[in-house]
Amino acid sequence: MELSGIIGYITGFAIMAVIYAIFSLGLNVHWGYTGLFNIGIAGFFALGAYTSALLTTASPDPLMFEDYIFGGDLPARLGAWNLGIDLWFFVALMAAALICGIVALFIGFLTLRLREDYLAIATLGIAEGVRIIFLNEKWLANGSKGLYRIPKFLGELVSPQYYDYLFLGVVLVILIVLYIAVDRTIKSPWGRVLKAIREDEVTAEASGKNVFNFKLQSFIFGAAIMGIGGALYAHNVRFVDPVTFDPLLATFIIWAMLMVGGSGNNKGAILGAFVVWAIWTGTQFLPGFLSDPNFRYVMIGLLILAVILLRPGGILGEERVVSRLSETPPGDASPET
Amino acid sequence: MSTASPRTQRLLPKWSASYSVVACFLLLLVLAFFSIVKLELMVNGLFLGAIIALGAIGLSLIYGILNFAHLAQGDFMTLGAYIALFLLGTLLPGMGLKDTGLGPFTFGYPIFIALPLAILVMAAIAIGLDITIYRRLRRRGVGRVVLAMTSLGLAIGLRGIVQVIWGGDTYQYPRLSKAFYQLPMGVRIPPDNLFIGVTAILLVVVLYLFLTRTKIGKAMRATSDNVDLARVSGINTENIIRWTWALSAGLAATAGVLLAIFQAQLIPIMGWRFLIMLFAAVILGGIGNLYGALAGALVIGVAAEVSTQWLNPAYKVVIAFIIMIVALLIRPKGIFGVRD
Repeated sequence: MELSGIIGYITGFAIMAVIYAIFSLGLNVHWGYTGLFNIGIAGFFALGAYTSALLTTASPDPLMFEDYIFGGDLPARLGAWNLGIDLWFFVALMAAALICGIVALFIGFLTLRLREDYLAIATLGIAEGVRIIFLNEKWLANGSKGLYRIPKFLGELVSPQYYDYLFLGVVLVILIVLYIAVDRTIKSPWGRVLKAIREDEVTAEASGKNVFNFKLQSFIFGAAIMGIGGALYAHNVRFVDPVTFDPLLATFIIWAMLMVGGSGNNKGAILGAFVVWAIWTGTQFLPGFLSDPNFRYVMIGLLILAVILLRPGGILGEERVVSRLSETPPGDASPET
Repeated sequence: MSTASPRTQRLLPKWSASYSVVACFLLLLVLAFFSIVKLELMVNGLFLGAIIALGAIGLSLIYGILNFAHLAQGDFMTLGAYIALFLLGTLLPGMGLKDTGLGPFTFGYPIFIALPLAILVMAAIAIGLDITIYRRLRRRGVGRVVLAMTSLGLAIGLRGIVQVIWGGDTYQYPRLSKAFYQLPMGVRIPPDNLFIGVTAILLVVVLYLFLTRTKIGKAMRATSDNVDLARVSGINTENIIRWTWALSAGLAATAGVLLAIFQAQLIPIMGWRFLIMLFAAVILGGIGNLYGALAGALVIGVAAEVSTQWLNPAYKVVIAFIIMIVALLIRPKGIFGVRD
């Protein structure tokens, strides 16, 4: 492979890793800081991606889409109010975050008062429900054929062969903004309440904190971040279909990223995303059965088990926790109560 | 740990809710009588419910004794079904045991060898996983969410192993197509469903006798009510935990094999997709309550099957999920459960 090919490959890798890092940050708000067990990330992933895709993709051509009749292409319909696709991109991101936030409010309201595994089951159900609805309601999002020709953000600015570099910049800026937002809120009194809840709910309750409210806010906050991640994914791949939101690539791998990087540590969450995505994409170069795509399932499962059994604080994140947040002793990065 | 008083009987509580289950089914029968709901869907829903019940009872056993959400239960089902596939499709035919179309069924007599073997292998795998993974975590004293996450990792890993060995394609057990039974009122039943129903009833009765008549079964119920009290009474709780794993994995393997027969296909993700049905049944029935899991499973099975009269069959899982959400809204401790 010549040099430009390698650079192109690395850029494509980095874009996906950054998008996964956004999911990992969102999961870190849920699990790392509040101890909320969300195993339906795929649901928020799909909602974010589809919301953004439906809001920006051009109106369906009746010759191409027989069943798909949902409006789409809101920018064109708004006529005089049309902001142009590049500004509309931000509206789509916000809408993705909003939809995920609303769904999170609904699930959280129902389950966050109950014992923690109810939330897990409810998120699992929402993920499966969202997938089945997008698969079967062809009028809404073209069913199993999926939505394609999702427009590029700032697509006219550079020629197509350089577009990846530009988009890498875009996702990096969004990641940094979200990182600062999460880090600021977690280091605020609000964030300290979340950690108190994670460590001991009864004590937090006894200290006069409304545990349910804080958990609900944290759940909505994390879900909104995941929605933005889903929207960015849709604009990167520019194609979404229900198969994309398979639980392996949309839920489990993100769990592996957060666990490996170190839950309860935002830098760890981002680092974990890069490390696991590198392992994931790297396995295709391995010899023999190790390059079998199916073996990756085993690998992701083993990775999660290995972290739980051998290094509950995360393989790479533990020391960073010590240096950044000296009040948090090592090993306490994951809730164990 | 458990703070329940010794008098609450968690696994097999006094079943005061039986009236509500009977009432539900009577209501459905009345609806069927007035031809609002097709009786055929209700009858076949009971068979789906029987499969859900086997998986859900196993899940509820683990909830009752180990007190965590075992997210790999669906993938235990998958693995059990695939082990039976290996026996029925490869090993037993290689030994000259090859037959399909026994009596009214699509499968042959080898299923009576393959099913018990699949149960034993899954029980052994579950005990092995407990010794290598869960026991270490228990000794470290981790909470139930970490245990649930461990089971999530296991679920992915087990499904990956299935995919590495068998690939992502769909399979079938060796089968011979058979005519459906035609019953009055337009009810058509695939003959295999009789096998599903009889197997499920047999296992539930055996489990009931095991829990009420044997020493280990009684010790399991005692452990579920109060671990510490059970331990000071001289019960070897580690032994009880191994029995729990063996029973619930055996039930899962049976449920997997029966599901593969019911759907007439095996795919690696079948168990994970079925997991929501299992949890819906357990939550509807009240966590850790085996009667509740059974009743919840039948309600979920019938409701899911009846919904196909109006909705795309793909929405069966969504129906189960909605019932679960409604149950959480009305009575979070489970409709059929006792409050603990």
